[in-house]
Amino acid sequence: MNPDPLAVLAQTVLLIVLAPLLSGLIKNWKAKLQNRRGARIWQPYLDFVKYLRKDMVISEHASWIFRVAPWVIFLTALVAGLMVPLVTAQAPLGLFGGALAVVGVLALGRFFMALGGLDPATTFGGMGSSREMTIAALAEPAMMLAIFTVATMAGSTNLGQIVLAEQEPGWKFLDAPHALAFAAMFIVLLAETGRIPVDNPSTHLELTMIHEAMALEYSGRSLAFVEWGAAIKQLVLMALLANLFFPLGLAPGVTLASFGAGLAFLAAKLLVLAGAVVLVEFTNSKLRLFRVPDLLSAAFMLGTLALVSTFLFR
Amino acid sequence: MNFSPEVFLSLSLWGYALGAGGGLLLLRRERLGNLLCFGVAAFSALNGLLAALLFLAGGAGAATPGFELFPAPLPYVHISVRLDPLSAFFLLLVSLLTLAIGIYSLGYARGYFGRKNVGVLGALFNALVLATTLLVTADNIWLFLIGWELMALAAYCLVSFEHEKAETRQAGVLFFIMSHIDAVCIIIGFLLLYQAAGDYGFGSLHAIGARMTPGRRDSAFLLFLVGFGIKAGVVPLHIWLPAAHPVAPSNVSAFMSGVVIKTGIYGLARVTFDFLGAPPLWWGVTVLTVGTISAVLGVLYALMEHDLKRLLAYHSIENIGIILMGLGAALIFLHTGHPLLATLALVAGLYHTINHAVFKGLLFLGAGAVLHATHTRNMEEMGGLISRMPQTALFFLIGAVAISALPPLNGFVSEWLTYQALLQGFGTTDSLMRLIFPLSGAMLALTSALAAACFVKAFGITFLAQPRSERAAQAHEAAPTMLVGMGLLAGACIALGLFPVLFVRLLDPLTQQLTGQQVSGQLSAAHGLVLTSLTERSGTVSTLGLSLLGLCLLPIPFALSWVFGRGTRVRVGPTWDCGQRTLTPRMEYTATGFSKSIRMVFKALFRPHREVQREYDFSPYFAKTLRFDSHVEEVFEQQIYRPVRVMILRASRRVRALQAGSIHAYLLYIFGTLVLLLLLLAT
Repeated sequence: MNPDPLAVLAQTVLLIVLAPLLSGLIKNWKAKLQNRRGARIWQPYLDFVKYLRKDMVISEHASWIFRVAPWVIFLTALVAGLMVPLVTAQAPLGLFGGALAVVGVLALGRFFMALGGLDPATTFGGMGSSREMTIAALAEPAMMLAIFTVATMAGSTNLGQIVLAEQEPGWKFLDAPHALAFAAMFIVLLAETGRIPVDNPSTHLELTMIHEAMALEYSGRSLAFVEWGAAIKQLVLMALLANLFFPLGLAPGVTLASFGAGLAFLAAKLLVLAGAVVLVEFTNSKLRLFRVPDLLSAAFMLGTLALVSTFLFR
Repeated sequence: MNFSPEVFLSLSLWGYALGAGGGLLLLRRERLGNLLCFGVAAFSALNGLLAALLFLAGGAGAATPGFELFPAPLPYVHISVRLDPLSAFFLLLVSLLTLAIGIYSLGYARGYFGRKNVGVLGALFNALVLATTLLVTADNIWLFLIGWELMALAAYCLVSFEHEKAETRQAGVLFFIMSHIDAVCIIIGFLLLYQAAGDYGFGSLHAIGARMTPGRRDSAFLLFLVGFGIKAGVVPLHIWLPAAHPVAPSNVSAFMSGVVIKTGIYGLARVTFDFLGAPPLWWGVTVLTVGTISAVLGVLYALMEHDLKRLLAYHSIENIGIILMGLGAALIFLHTGHPLLATLALVAGLYHTINHAVFKGLLFLGAGAVLHATHTRNMEEMGGLISRMPQTALFFLIGAVAISALPPLNGFVSEWLTYQALLQGFGTTDSLMRLIFPLSGAMLALTSALAAACFVKAFGITFLAQPRSERAAQAHEAAPTMLVGMGLLAGACIALGLFPVLFVRLLDPLTQQLTGQQVSGQLSAAHGLVLTSLTERSGTVSTLGLSLLGLCLLPIPFALSWVFGRGTRVRVGPTWDCGQRTLTPRMEYTATGFSKSIRMVFKALFRPHREVQREYDFSPYFAKTLRFDSHVEEVFEQQIYRPVRVMILRASRRVRALQAGSIHAYLLYIFGTLVLLLLLLAT
C-alpha cells in the first residue's frame, strides 16, 4: 500500500486539469437549458490564466492571512483529492487518510477561506464567511451520517477499502441504505459546492452571495487559486459521490489500459452527475438563507434513515 | 542519588509548597515575589513532567508503592502519594500546563504591579497547583478529598482575585456553592466505597464494585457522575463554569479550563474504571449521552458569546463533552465485552483530555495577552490585532485550528480516534441501541463544524480587519515570557498533532491498568508514520503524511504563477467600499452579526430577544439615535436553577421563623432536642 509516485503525479495532474473543465461544462449546459449559447466549456482555463497574468490588488487592511488563504485553499483541495479514488480503486494516498480526513482537510480550506473573507474589513466578506460556516456546520453531520452508512457496511473508513468492498460480488448499488445515503450526500454536494438552491454561483455583488462574497476582495493570482481550488473541491466531491456509490469500472491496478478504461468510466459518471446538478439548478430557484437549514435537515434525516435501514433491510 | 519518578514527584510537590509559602513571605516585594512564585512553579512543573514521563516511558504498568511526604499530625490521615499510570498521565497534563503557565505568568503578573498584590496571586496559584497535583497522585481517599477541597478553596480565591467587580464576586460565590455541592456528592460516594472496602487506601479500593450490591454501586456511580460532572462542567451542571473562568486572571483561567476541570475526568476515570469496574450498560449510555449533549450545547452557547473568555469557557464544556463521549463509549464496550474497542475509545477520550488541556490553555493565554493589551474582553471592541501583536495572533491561530479539529493539529487526531471508536461500535450489538454510536458521531461532526465557525469568529473578529476601538488600535505585543509560554503550548499542539503514534505509546501502561489491553502497536502502521484504528483495513490517517504532502505540492501553485504570472505586481489599495468615501470599522461584520445566522437556525433553543429603538425626525430610515439590544435566553439558569434558588430561599425564609432571636425559645429547642435524644437512646 505504499504510495506510488507515478500514481500520485497522474492524479494530481488529473485533478488540476479536469476541475476547470467540469465547471465549464456545468456552466455551458446550464446556459443551453436557459436558451443561451453560453461560454465554451474551456472558458475556465482561459479565465484562470487571465487571473494569473493580472496584477494583484490587496486591501490595505488585510494581513498575511489574506495572502496565505488562497494557497491553503488550493493545496487542501489537492491533498483531499489525492485521498479519493478517482480512476483507480485505491486512491494514491489512501493510506494517509480516509473519508474523515477528506472532510477534515476540506474543512481546513474552508476555515482559511472564511478568515480570508473577514480579513479585508469589508461587510460582504463577513457576511459570506458567516453564511459559509453556518451552512457547512449544518451540512457536516448529514455528510458524516452518509459516510458512516457506507463505512459501517464496508467496515472501513478508508475510501479504497469501501470501494473494494462494494466491488465484491453480491453487492447491490440500489439497496435502501445506499440510495438514502446517496440522496443525503447529493444535497450536501449542492451545499458544499455552492450550487442552487443553496448558493447561486453566477451572482456577483448581490446580497445573497456566499462564496462570491468571501472571494470579492481577491484579485489576480490569489483569485485564480481561490477559484481553481473551489473547482478542484467540486471535482473531488463529485468524484467521491460517483465512485463511492457506483464503483463501476474503477481500475484495480495501475496499468495503462485499465487506467484508460477507468478514465472513461470516471468521465461518464461525472457527466451524469453534472447533468443531475444542472437539472437541479435549472428547475429550482435559490432558497432564502433561512430555508436552507430545512433542506439540510432533510439531508440529515435521509442520512439517519440510511443508517437505520442498514439493519432493517438485510 | 537515585533518579526515580518518586524523587521528582516529591521535589515538585515541595516546590509548589515552597512557592505558596514564599509568595506569602514576599507580599511587599512584588517583583521578587513574582519571580519566585512563578519561577518555582515552572521549575516544580518541570520536575513533575520528568516524573510523569519517566514513569510512563518506563512502561512498568504497576503502581509505585505509596510513600508519605511527611507523617500526618492526625490519626487515619496519611499524606501519602503514589504514581500509577492513570495518576502519571494526569500528572503529565498538570505539569505541562503549569510549566507553560508559570513562564507566561512571569510576564502576565507584571500587569498587576502596583494594583494588586502579586505575592498573593503567586502564592494562591502555587497552592492551586499543589492541590491539583496532590489530588491526582493521592494514595487514599483522605488525601484526595483534602486536595479536592484545597483546590476548590484556592480556585475560589483566585476567581475572586479581582473582587472589586461585582461580576467577579457573584461568579466566585456561584463557583463556591457548586464546588461544595460536588464535594458533598463525592464524599458520600467515597463513603459508600469505604463501607464495602473497610479501608481508605486506593490500592484496596481496586475493583471494589464487585463486592457492592447493585443498588449501592449504581448510587455511588450516580453520585460520582454528578460530583465529578459539576467539576468537569457537564451540561446541565455547567453554569458556574462560564461565570467563573472568564473573571479570573487569565493565567488562572488557563489553568482552570486546562487542568482543574480535568480533575473531574480523572475522578470519573479513576472511579468507574479502577474502583467500580464491570459497568452495566446504562452507565456507558448515560455518560455518552451526557457527553454528546454537553458537546453540542457547549459549542452552541459559545457561538452566542462576544466576550472572548466566556466564549472559551463554553468551549471547555464542549470539549469535556467530547472527552466523555470517548469514556462513555469505552464503558459501553467494556459491558458488551469488546475490551480492544473499549481501549480505543479510552485512548480517544484521554488523548482529547490532554489535547484540550494544551489548546485551551494556549487559547486562554492568548486571550490573556489580548486582554492585557486592550483591557477588554469584548470582541466587538477588538480587531486588527494581528498587525499589532503578530506572535500572539499566530499562537492563537494555532490553538483555533487545533480546537476546531482541523488537520494536521492535535484536535483532529483525537476526534478522529473518537469517530473511529463510535463507528466500530455500530457493529458490536444487534439491538437498536447501536444507533446511539453513529448519531453521537453525527453530533460530534456538528460540534466540530460549529466549533470551526466559532473560531473563525473568535480569530477573525479579534485579530483581523480594522481595529474597532481606540484601545485595540493602540494594542502592543505581549511580553517575551508570555510569548514563550504560549509558544510552548503551541509547540505541544503541533507535536501531539503530527506524532500521535509516539504519544499513544505513552498511554499503553494506562490502558493496561484500566482495560487490560495495550493497543499502541495496533494503532500504528507503516513504521509509525500512520495512525490506524486498530487495523490498517478499518481506517488510517497520517497527519504528518498529509502535511508533508501539502508541502510537496507547494511547487505546483508556485510553478503556475511563475509560468503565467511573471512580472505581475502586487499593489496595496483600499478595500472596495461600494462608492462610500471611506470604510470605517463600524461597517465591519461584528461578532454578534457573524453568529446571527446560527442564532436564527437554532432559535428554538436560544429564544433570542431583540429590541430596536429608533429616534428620528421624518423617516425611520434616517434615525438620529439607534439603540439595539439583543440577547439569548439562558435556558438552564431560567428553567432549572432559578426555580431551585427560589425554592431554597422560600424554605430558608420559613426556617427563619424558628430563629426569632429569643433566648427562651432557643433554650426550649435545646431542651426538646435533649429529651428527644434521650428517648431515642432509651428505645
